[in-house]
Amino acid sequence: MSRNIFFYLIFSFFFLIFLSFKSYSADTLSLKKQSWTFSGLFGRYDTSSLQRGLQIYQEVCSTCHGLKRLRFRELEAIGFTNEQIKEYASTFEIQDGPNDQGEMYTRPGNPEDTFISPYQNEQEARAAFNGSYPPDLSLIIKARKKGPDYTYSLLTGYVDPPNDLNLSDGLYYNPYIEGKVIAMPPPLYDAVIQYIDGTNPNLHQLTYDIVSFLNWVAEPELEARKSLGLKVIIFLIILTSLFYVTMKNIWSRINNK
Amino acid sequence: MAKKFKNKTLAWLDYRLPIFSVLREALVDHPTPRNLNYWWNFGSLAGITLLIMIVSGLVLSMHYVPHVDHAFDSVEHIMRDVNYGWLIRYIHSVGASMFFLIVYIHIARGLYYGSYKSPREVLWWLGIIIFMLMIVSAFLGYTLPWGQMSFWGATVITNIFTAIPLIGDNIVTWIWGGYSIDNPTLNRFYSLHFLIPFLIVGVVFFHIVALHKFGSNNPTGIDLTNKKETIPFHPFYSIKDFFGFGVFFTIFALFIFFAPNVFGHPDNYVPADPFITPSHIVPEWYFLPFYAMLRAVPHKLLGVIIMLSSIFILFVIPWLDTCKVRSSKFRPIYKQFYWIFILNFFILMWVGSKVPEGYYLIISQIATIYYFSHFLIMMPLLGKFEKTLPLPDNIFIMSTKK
Repeated sequence: MSRNIFFYLIFSFFFLIFLSFKSYSADTLSLKKQSWTFSGLFGRYDTSSLQRGLQIYQEVCSTCHGLKRLRFRELEAIGFTNEQIKEYASTFEIQDGPNDQGEMYTRPGNPEDTFISPYQNEQEARAAFNGSYPPDLSLIIKARKKGPDYTYSLLTGYVDPPNDLNLSDGLYYNPYIEGKVIAMPPPLYDAVIQYIDGTNPNLHQLTYDIVSFLNWVAEPELEARKSLGLKVIIFLIILTSLFYVTMKNIWSRINNK
Repeated sequence: MAKKFKNKTLAWLDYRLPIFSVLREALVDHPTPRNLNYWWNFGSLAGITLLIMIVSGLVLSMHYVPHVDHAFDSVEHIMRDVNYGWLIRYIHSVGASMFFLIVYIHIARGLYYGSYKSPREVLWWLGIIIFMLMIVSAFLGYTLPWGQMSFWGATVITNIFTAIPLIGDNIVTWIWGGYSIDNPTLNRFYSLHFLIPFLIVGVVFFHIVALHKFGSNNPTGIDLTNKKETIPFHPFYSIKDFFGFGVFFTIFALFIFFAPNVFGHPDNYVPADPFITPSHIVPEWYFLPFYAMLRAVPHKLLGVIIMLSSIFILFVIPWLDTCKVRSSKFRPIYKQFYWIFILNFFILMWVGSKVPEGYYLIISQIATIYYFSHFLIMMPLLGKFEKTLPLPDNIFIMSTKK
């Protein structure tokens, strides 16, 4: 028995080593760690937070950032009804075509359409935004190391530049981004919007909501994944225990001789 | 040898095509040393992981599009629109890391217990060939999502071939299918990534044939002389393998469901962009030791030679290790060096993730030298000068201890 425990210890030791390798690039500044509702074994999204996040995206972020991988119909998962989604989608103009005359035309959005980016292509974005390219936010949380905490820190991390640093117009100082200089003006501040549900829109609340929302956009499967995961793990532990008992039983035939 | 089958149809078929008796001999009756410990589980674990990779990969291939303009989107299509696509993809991507973890432990077990020594040299060679095919396949597979790390990893690795004198540049152009990494490259990488796992299956078959010729080595490393020292594979080791599968699947599932991206690099969720180089290009963790050795040498061609040698040297260790005693249990001095070698491997892995400058470069150079001196100095010399412990007459001394 003690040998089995030893075996597990060795195994977990190796895994810890591998996990520690993940922190290879030196963190110059420690992130502002938040307790996210969606982290941990039992993590779940808070739908009211996600709905507030959608409102922030709509009123603030969508001016410059796309969300091209999200379909309107997926909003059902954060608590909207089909009617609400249809109505919301129809407020967008989608280019479609060509029609029978060979012409492109616009029509109101449908639930199966994706969100529309604020620009046609990267070149147009760079031309509009002074050479910089506001990335699409669909996967942004997964595309950054420790995505949720990083994004939270970045959005709340704007400070005045050090005295010896002269920033040209349209650039801002933010110690959390690589290179510490960012072209995005501070997008969120206290009361930048008024929440529909009346929540106090302070900077922490705004940032927490938009990061939760973006995490949901990046990992819409998270809740299904974690709840299935728990069932699978419980099943496997029981199955493995049964294998163990059976193994001991079979081996006792020769070990007790 | 083969007992007759009671079922007449089976007996008729088996008389003409002896698949059932061969299978029974290999999976049921195969005489196996009765003292194998849990480190002997990793062969079957590697086998089941290969199977999982092939099946999950086959399903992914039904939805994936190998085109530079669509590859990234098709992977996200799998993640978002395909039913349980996220599960299949995470099984495949976490599975690659699990496969290497399992195989590294399997190789480490072989090194510790001297499983490469006569008469199992060819068995060992076939294992190294499997490992090399895995490396190629894992590299090719990592390029397929066509994220930033896919693209730039492929750039770094294919550029290795430019180190070849005279024809290096032509070879790289030939590999790329053009003058830069582009759609032809992705297409052929996909095609080869699909092929190689089946080559691995083929080599695994020969690996098992070679294994069954002399049977498994065992923790004492001594040859079995008595029939009482063996037990039939089934049910004793079949059930033990199933227990191993259970433990492994539990760990595997923990990663799939709760930390699926922990082995990956965040940059691979950014679509490939040939005009933006990531600040720090790192391979997957399982390549880091070899990557460290490649970069330990400031000279390009020499670095490549060192890196390739680090794997090819494994082919000759049955002769570099001059000690007749197989198991490190009876080699008190070699045992210490074995663990230093393992530690050194982890140091290489760690330093492989660092930028090769300053102390990191020096550490990687020392670790590289140590890696080779283990095989080229310790193994030949210890075999001559080490005083080994007396070997037991039979394996029972070990197996009845508990």
